[in-house]
Amino acid sequence: MLAKRIIPCLDIKDGRTVKGINFVDLRDAGDPVELAEIYSREGADELVFLDITATEQKRKTLADLVYRVAEKVNIPFTVGGGISSVEDVDMLLQNGADKVSINSSAVKNPKLINDLAAKFGSQCIVVAIDAKQIDGKWMVHLVGGKVPTELDLFEWAKEVEKRGAGEILFTSMDNDGTKDGFANEALSRLSTQLNIPIIASGGAGTVQHFTDTFLEGKADAALAASVFHFKEIEIKDLKKELQKNGIPVRI
Amino acid sequence: MKIVIINYGAGNIQSIKFAIKRLGYQAVLSHDLKEIQQADKVIFPGVGEASSAMSKLRASGLDKIIADLKQPVLGICLGMQLMCNASEEGTTEGLGIFDIDVVKFNPSNPKGGVKIPQIGWNQIYNLKSDLFNEVEENEHIYLVHSYYAPLCDETIATCKYGQEYSAALQKNNFYGTQFHPEKSSVVGEKILLNFLRIKS
Repeated sequence: MLAKRIIPCLDIKDGRTVKGINFVDLRDAGDPVELAEIYSREGADELVFLDITATEQKRKTLADLVYRVAEKVNIPFTVGGGISSVEDVDMLLQNGADKVSINSSAVKNPKLINDLAAKFGSQCIVVAIDAKQIDGKWMVHLVGGKVPTELDLFEWAKEVEKRGAGEILFTSMDNDGTKDGFANEALSRLSTQLNIPIIASGGAGTVQHFTDTFLEGKADAALAASVFHFKEIEIKDLKKELQKNGIPVRI
Repeated sequence: MKIVIINYGAGNIQSIKFAIKRLGYQAVLSHDLKEIQQADKVIFPGVGEASSAMSKLRASGLDKIIADLKQPVLGICLGMQLMCNASEEGTTEGLGIFDIDVVKFNPSNPKGGVKIPQIGWNQIYNLKSDLFNEVEENEHIYLVHSYYAPLCDETIATCKYGQEYSAALQKNNFYGTQFHPEKSSVVGEKILLNFLRIKS
C-alpha cells in the first residue's frame, strides 16, 4: 500500500540551515547535509529544502548544496525558494535534486508550470501554495503570506494541476506557526477535488495533528519543521503512532 | 568492474552515480556506444516523457545497441518502461526487450481510483530474482510514475496501486525496476548492490 509520507522541511540561507535546531548529536547544527542524513536515518520519507537566500550568490550556493545533499542522502528531496526559470530548474535537477517547488513565480507566470512539466515531467514539479482565509474565502498569498492575491485557493489549485504540476504543497498561513493542527477542511477539499497528491503544511504541533491531517484532511503527505528540529516529535515515534491508528506508513 | 550509466539527457542521473559511490563502486556517465558495449554493468536510467526519451535514444543510436547487450543491464523507472514493447505515453514503440506494453494508471478505476502520478513509498512482494537477495517481502521502495507495466511472465516483483502491476521485470541479462533503488534508502542500496554483484 502506498504509504503516507512524513517530510521535514529545512530552511536554508547561504547554504546553511537557519532557525534554531536542537540536535545534541550534531557536530555542526548549521550543516544541512548532516541534518539531512540524520532525518533520513530516523525515517523521514522525503526532505524539503527551502532556500531563503537573497544574495547574488544564491544560485551557485544552492546548486552546491543540492550536489552535496545528493551525494550523501538516499531518500528523495525537493528544493524550493525563488526558483523562477527553466534554467534554474535544469541546474538543480542536474545537481541531483529529485523535485523542485515553485510558488510566487508560478502565480506571476503560470505558463512556467507548463514549460517545466513539458521539459522535465510533472513528477518533479511541486507547486507550493500559501493561502489564508479572508472573509471566509481561502485566498492565495505570496512572499511567505505577506502579499495577498485575487486568486481563490481551490481555483488556483485546479489550474496548477491542469498545467502539469505533479504535486501541491499547501501551507495554511492561518495555521502556520500555531501548533494547533493542519487546515484539514481545506486540505480535504483539495484532496477530493484534485487528482494529484497533496502535501499538508502549517500547524503541526502534536502526533494527533498528523493523524488528523491524514484521516480528516485526506493528505498524502505532511510537512513540518520546528516540531522535528526541536525534537518535540521524533519521526520514529510519530510513525509508530500513525501505524497504530491504521495509517499506512513506512517503518 | 566498469559500470556505465547511460547518459542520454533524460533526467537526474547524478543520484544513481552517487548511490553507486556510496556502495564503494565508481560509475561513469556515457553515451558512447563502444564504452557502453564494453562495460561490465550497464544502468539505463530515465525520468520524463517516454516518446521524447525514445527520440533521444534514436538520435544517439542507443536504440540499436541496448537490446543486444550481453552484460547485466538495469533499467530504472522510465528506463525500464522503454525496455518494454511500447508505451501509451506519447504512443511510442519501446526497445522490445520485455514483452509487455506500458499503460497509464486509471484514475476512475472502479476497483479503486488512484491519484496520478503515484508518488512515494509503496511495498513490493512476490520477489523472484537474485536482484532481491536478502530483501524481505513487503519492504517499501520509492516510486514516482503515472504509467506502469502490467503483470506478465517477466514480472519479478509486484506492487499494488489501484491494481497490481510489475514493480520489476527480468529477462535473461536484462533487469528493470519501476522504483528508484537509488532513492529507496537501505532497501534500495541492497537491490543496487545485488545488481552490481550479478555475475556477467
